[in-house]
Amino acid sequence: MTEVLVGTKKGLFVLRGDRAGAFSIAGRTFAGDVVEYAMRDPRTGRTFASVTSGFYGPRVMWTDGDPLGEWQQADGPGFPEGGDTAVERIWRIEPGEADGLLYAGVAPASLFVSTDGGETWALNEALWKEREAGAWNPGAGGLALHSICPWPGDPDRLAVGVSAAGVWITEDGGDTWRTGYSGLLPRYMPEEERETTNALCVHNMCRSPARPERLFQQFHGGVYRSDDAGATWNDIAAGLPSDFGFPLAIDPGDPDAAFVIPLVGAEDRVAPEGMLRVYETRDAGASWTARANGLPQEDAYLTIYRQAFGSAGAGDEQQLFFGATSGELFGSLDAGRTWFTAAERLAPVTSVRVA
Amino acid sequence: MPHVTLRAPLKERAGGNGELTLDGATVGDVLRALERAWPSTVGWVLDEQGRVRQHVNVFVNGERVREDATVGPEDRLHVLPSISGGSR
Repeated sequence: MTEVLVGTKKGLFVLRGDRAGAFSIAGRTFAGDVVEYAMRDPRTGRTFASVTSGFYGPRVMWTDGDPLGEWQQADGPGFPEGGDTAVERIWRIEPGEADGLLYAGVAPASLFVSTDGGETWALNEALWKEREAGAWNPGAGGLALHSICPWPGDPDRLAVGVSAAGVWITEDGGDTWRTGYSGLLPRYMPEEERETTNALCVHNMCRSPARPERLFQQFHGGVYRSDDAGATWNDIAAGLPSDFGFPLAIDPGDPDAAFVIPLVGAEDRVAPEGMLRVYETRDAGASWTARANGLPQEDAYLTIYRQAFGSAGAGDEQQLFFGATSGELFGSLDAGRTWFTAAERLAPVTSVRVA
Repeated sequence: MPHVTLRAPLKERAGGNGELTLDGATVGDVLRALERAWPSTVGWVLDEQGRVRQHVNVFVNGERVREDATVGPEDRLHVLPSISGGSR
């Protein structure tokens, strides 16, 4: 049985199923609130949800039971008292590489750390100081730390992606940070600014656990690959219908594999030509193949958000699911070779994770 | 002590108590007392800097106020969601 956690602008939907075309909505919780992100920690089975009330603000919720049952509210993340900054949005919750270690990426862009399984959270002060010193600029979705890439087996090594302040890397457990800007080309900036600006709009970033020095990145105009742990980047977008988009997934068993769902561009954030297509590379970005069998190919002007593309497993039976702002959820149980519609008429989908 | 009226969902987070008396000399003090008495309300009305959230309204004797407003022992506080919230 596969469980899919679908965060939407109107609550968390839980879908369950065991074969293509046989997924159904088991239930909805956090009705009325935005569920920015929901995931299950594979180490413990604990499920987390980032929930934002339009009235009462953002919070991390967690449960060790059925996600359609009772939840508990975490202590934090929250900025230290005495300042003027408050958490606006919790983009991402990511398991770390030590028992009880988790990360949360929030807006305004900062990283919070939990060492007790997600029940309490503390600000990473070192990265926050970099933010204050660097006068980071927000992207259209706000100043967001949304991508968190641990290094398998090493809790000291971590890379994070920020809109719009580029890639940040630590190798000492977050005590110090350095940038990973080299090779990223911000075409949205004047030419004379491109080499020096820190306004680098990372849209999504994933690390390959099979070769941890390799990362893939969807940029604000460009799809990139790094083979040196994020220090330098090479554009691999040739062959895609557009180099703009947000969703990104990898095959954890194949360091040469990645999946993107392109959108037309910054001014028209819909599927190109009204054809909904997932693009797959199996050669580290040298070539891309459209995977659209079962996806709508006519007048399908859908928008897929940053975190609305999730996967489980690896290889030929990798499960891929993504959701659209128009409320559809699409799934594949064969690594994208064929697709089916798992749900329709959900609320606008903000995140998809396969538990 | 000031009298506080809560509605759903805050009422549920305060153990089902829609009517409470809580100590404090300012609105912020009273709302912090609410958080201490009912920790599941932490972060719901005040943000981590002690400010009333943008889309929550607090009234004292019918007048909309912020966290720094003073309150007396006979005052009545109403905590309500704003009609400007929930737009997403």
